[in-house]
Amino acid sequence: MSEHGAHVGDAKPLEEHLIKEETKVGPYSLPGDEVRHEELEKMWGPAKGPFRWFMQVDHHILGKRFIITAFIWFGLGGILAALMRLQLSRPDNHFLSADQYNQIFTMHGVTMMFLFAVPIMEAVAVYMIPMLCGTRSLAFPRLNAYSYYMFLFGGILLYVAFFLNTGPDTGWFTYPPLANPEFAPGKRVDIWAQLVNFTEISALAVAVEIIATILKQRAPGMSINRLPLYTWSMLITSFMIVFAMPAVMTCSFYLAADRLVGTHFFNPAEGGDPLLWQHLFWFFGHPEVYIIFIPALGMVSQIVTAFTRRPVFGYTAMVLSQVATGFIGFGLWVHHMFATGIPALGSSYFTAASMMIAIPSGVQIFCWIATIWMGKPVYKPPFMFVLGFIAIFVLGGLTGVMLASIPLDLQIHDTMFVVAHLHYVLIGGAVFPLFGVLYYWFPKMTGRMQNDVAGHISFVLMFIGFNLTFFPMHKLGLIGMTRRIYTYHPETGWGPLNALSSIGALVLAMGVLVYVGNAAWSWKKGRIAGMNPFDGPTLEWATSSPPPPYNFIHVPVVNSLEPLWHAPEHQPLVTGLSTQEKEVLITRTFDAEPDHRYTLPTYTPWPFLAAVATGSMFVGSLFTPWAFAIGLPIAGAMVTAWFWPTTAKKEGELPGRSEREFPAEQASEVTT
Amino acid sequence: MRGIQSALEPAGVQAEQIANLWTVFLIVTAIVYVVVMAFTIAALLRRRPAIVSNATSPAVRNTVSAAVGLTVLILFGLLTASIFTTRGIASVPDRAIQIAVTGKQWWWQVEYDDADKSKRITTANEIVIPVGVPVTVHLRSSDVIHSFWVPSLHGKRDLIPGKRGQTLTFRADKPGVYRGQCAEFCGYQHANMSLWVTALPFADYARWIEASRQPSRIPSTKTERKGQDVFMSSPCPLCHTIQGTAAGGKTGPDLTHFASRRSIAAAMFPNRPGFLGGWIVDAQHLKPGSQMPSIPLQEQELQPLVTYLESLK
Repeated sequence: MSEHGAHVGDAKPLEEHLIKEETKVGPYSLPGDEVRHEELEKMWGPAKGPFRWFMQVDHHILGKRFIITAFIWFGLGGILAALMRLQLSRPDNHFLSADQYNQIFTMHGVTMMFLFAVPIMEAVAVYMIPMLCGTRSLAFPRLNAYSYYMFLFGGILLYVAFFLNTGPDTGWFTYPPLANPEFAPGKRVDIWAQLVNFTEISALAVAVEIIATILKQRAPGMSINRLPLYTWSMLITSFMIVFAMPAVMTCSFYLAADRLVGTHFFNPAEGGDPLLWQHLFWFFGHPEVYIIFIPALGMVSQIVTAFTRRPVFGYTAMVLSQVATGFIGFGLWVHHMFATGIPALGSSYFTAASMMIAIPSGVQIFCWIATIWMGKPVYKPPFMFVLGFIAIFVLGGLTGVMLASIPLDLQIHDTMFVVAHLHYVLIGGAVFPLFGVLYYWFPKMTGRMQNDVAGHISFVLMFIGFNLTFFPMHKLGLIGMTRRIYTYHPETGWGPLNALSSIGALVLAMGVLVYVGNAAWSWKKGRIAGMNPFDGPTLEWATSSPPPPYNFIHVPVVNSLEPLWHAPEHQPLVTGLSTQEKEVLITRTFDAEPDHRYTLPTYTPWPFLAAVATGSMFVGSLFTPWAFAIGLPIAGAMVTAWFWPTTAKKEGELPGRSEREFPAEQASEVTT
Repeated sequence: MRGIQSALEPAGVQAEQIANLWTVFLIVTAIVYVVVMAFTIAALLRRRPAIVSNATSPAVRNTVSAAVGLTVLILFGLLTASIFTTRGIASVPDRAIQIAVTGKQWWWQVEYDDADKSKRITTANEIVIPVGVPVTVHLRSSDVIHSFWVPSLHGKRDLIPGKRGQTLTFRADKPGVYRGQCAEFCGYQHANMSLWVTALPFADYARWIEASRQPSRIPSTKTERKGQDVFMSSPCPLCHTIQGTAAGGKTGPDLTHFASRRSIAAAMFPNRPGFLGGWIVDAQHLKPGSQMPSIPLQEQELQPLVTYLESLK
């Protein structure tokens, strides 16, 4: 709170900044920039040649691929949801068979959780975090390429299996013993286990890249208390990924071992324990929802700042709330297991923890409302999505408090009430902010504006459709409708509300289609955006739209939380980074003082080939454990080639990873 | 909207306590929601000066602090209410009727134990209990995880293979028939794994127990006798038991008093001759994946078989 109090300045009206000339050299210029630009372009530019697609390491290219790929899975997952809503729209429906329905609801959950929600959050970060940090690239660009291919291959594996009628059919949570070979013969569950390996390797790798970028590559002056709230949210999320994902990989490894080589981790007949699975899975599964939700909190803060024309109220409280959410998020997994008969005292602890997490969420909601109160709202579509987020997420949070209570949970657990709750917090809490922020950053990524009218229409359709779809489900759960059922009797009385819900799904789908259509049209035909069309306060707006491959021709020195709103007359810039190598500036973790220069590797096909090798190993392990014996050396060879020192240029330097003292005159004063 | 499987229409003391807790939570959270939305709308519509300063007003800061404090207080209140209800529904009376319920893909086996072996009762997909007397169900699974849930009587409890001591104690306070359903996804026909709980006045319950302890009714007409012959010469006895006959299969539901049940195929169809005939010859079409095979019987065999089964009161 005290932090931005020190940076008082008058808010600027938005409209003046709407159209700006596109400039190739960014807002800060020094003599000789044209040459510098050409040299940087040569160093940082994309790979060329017929095999370029397999060689890119640029975070813009990979970020866009990540986003588009995640949205393709989102579309497929949405089609599956529509099929489910069709099936449930009336009692005793025969549109889908039990087998089809079970595969479809499993595929929907797996797709949305493993292939959309977490990857899209990381995808946006892959593109935006280096720009928000004021650096030239994401850390570990080759690892980034590898993680993209792993993500892509995992999704392809899942959908190829599904179209071959081998889609997983035991739920996204895949509880044994139902998933044990005795009750789930065939390859369906193995597909689930290997998909988890693909996506979690990808997620872990990206998390590491983001942590390294945020902690070590921030622009000078961006001390830890000047981190934009979105950057904070990605830092916390990435740490959560690092701690949560190993639990689910353990799950998938044990399960694959049970199925492939006859271990008995989860087989009660041989002394295994099905509850071990539930603990491991939810130790990942519950943090997972916060991994999806915390980035959305950061996105909301970015939008609220830009569209209320003032800094978010209570910066310190916001950051601490995010950190608290990240910690408490690991302490409530058992509320998924109240019905399994956990001892009462233990359960009560998890009730208390589950309710406690409402406090940091409440703090953030209150801070945003206070920001809106004191600011000057600009009703552009991103801001509308934030308002929709507040209306939906607060409701979802309150039903979450209900689910934390053991007695209430015993009634509404595994019913449509939970389906309603989780979609309120995941669609309302994460997808609405995501759609808002993609609208907000769309001009930065593409150089063009989306159409505001279409944006408003898509928001209204999505908001109405969403509530129509999911609000009735609360009631359905209370009057006894369980989850994951492909049919129900007319005498249950669940028909009318289900019909209403299915109509709502149609409206929601239309809203999403309008949004996607608007984005696709604007990508090619939208109005030219200019550098900072929404007058955003953070560094991503301090370069041309779309940004050059090296992001900033001159990295600015940051002097506040909203560097572009409080830009000094004489903006200090970083000089001394080489244009002959892919150099980035490494700064110290807390105060972001320049520390040294670091050379990043160039484009290469090896991450792609390593991903092919790892992927083949995982696919092979569907059939034989020997796949690991054969696959590991091959993958190891690929990784060795990937790290093979080839870029030695100067004598006495460790090739590819040169570290030098940073020159004293790192920041020179120039006029913008 | 009345439901046959509704947590909002409690018929017993445990479900009632949970429903009351629900009402408390609903009212409190509804007020919180309305207040938060009112503040949001007010923040949007508020008249503001032409130039907005970035400075933070103390009034706003105090309001936010108060809201956070209030949130903590409300959550603490709800937590307390929840813990008291947890204690309330967990108290186990000394004397309760003990019933074993075993979940199977995709039906429920129900057993009334007795020290005297001849007095044990085995039935399926239907639990008969007396009104006003606590009942403890012992929940076991012989295959995958299921969850026992009869919302009008109590919350749910999982049936976990290999895990003992899974019990649920409840008391029905109103006579009636209450529907329940498996709440944990258990495979192919999870959707069609339901059951009925019938709460009877104690005298009626005692009569039911007495009747259920008897061996099956001996066929009395020619058609019934023919039906019994069909039953015995078909694959039926391999899976089904009829006490008092040679049929002793354990895989499927006990059929000793089949005709006294409300429904067939885990509450999927009403127990009427037409549905029963269809179920026998076409089970794999009506409930694909079920353990019950489709038995290809001729009309002249099916008719007596159905008549026989429907005579097993």
